[in-house]
Amino acid sequence: MSEPIRFHFDVDGDNFSSAGEASVQVKRMLRQIGISPDVIRKVSVAMYEGEINMVIHANGGDADVIVEPNKITIVLKDVGPGIADINLAMQEGYSTAPENVRSLGFGAGMGLPNMKRYTDDMKIESEVGVGTTVTMTVLF
Amino acid sequence: MKISKIVELLGAEVVCGEDRLEEEVHSACGCDMMSDVLAFVKDQAVLLTGLCNLQVVRTAVMMDMKCIVFVRNKKPTDDILELARESDIVILTSPKRMYTACGVLYTNGLQGGTVAHS
Ligand SMILES: Nc1ncnc2c1ncn2[C@@H]1O[C@H](COP(=O)(O)OP(=O)(O)O)[C@@H](O)[C@H]1O
Ligand SMILES: [Mg+2]
Repeated sequence: MSEPIRFHFDVDGDNFSSAGEASVQVKRMLRQIGISPDVIRKVSVAMYEGEINMVIHANGGDADVIVEPNKITIVLKDVGPGIADINLAMQEGYSTAPENVRSLGFGAGMGLPNMKRYTDDMKIESEVGVGTTVTMTVLF
Repeated sequence: MKISKIVELLGAEVVCGEDRLEEEVHSACGCDMMSDVLAFVKDQAVLLTGLCNLQVVRTAVMMDMKCIVFVRNKKPTDDILELARESDIVILTSPKRMYTACGVLYTNGLQGGTVAHS
């Protein structure tokens, strides 16, 4: 068994313009190590939505990607406001994003459903006032 | 359809990727909500949008798109062009509005393509 490959990123919560940068880098790195295009698509889209969420809802956080021989795990951890009702947050169209986020092309309440759609497993651990950790897995 | 044909049909200016205008594209999508692009795009190579920021380019990167058309003459900033160049994405700007731009391409044979997750 080869050692897992790990990537770590600090996701800056202060400016929206950098939101998504880490996911673009992950996409490039996965391409370099020869992961198949459809797996890369799933991982990078799911991470992109999660990264955007950390920026718009939680003032940034930490992103880790762990590549193993048959799966990729994405861990997005923030110390933001947390999610009070995870089932509600998972519904398509549910969003607490302010209007200015919508004018930037996000905030349609499709992020968490997209993340679930593109991954084989998704777990949200969240406590109000403490933060949120989203763990997603793509198998191949 | 060649990207050069899109340039012609939309009266567009090529602001990035002049060397890739002979590439073929087979379908397009017009959208301002990036999460919708991420949810439903399957193999659409062209994104027409009225939005002009870095996340549009990153969204196109995620979906392996070849060309972005900014409608209503939105002028991309240098950081947008730099990312597009690094990512091999052609950037066009067209004076046409979204509805018209999409209509012109569609009636000239550029299809909407299939939808993912349907
Ligand atoms: N990391 C997070 N921290 C706090 N709240 C979050 C986080 N991610 C998502 N949420 C909450 O879940 C809702 C739904 O998220 P999502 O489906 O991505 O839609 P959107 O980001 O468009 O609002 C958000 O509006 C927000 O209230
Ligand atoms: Mg979101």
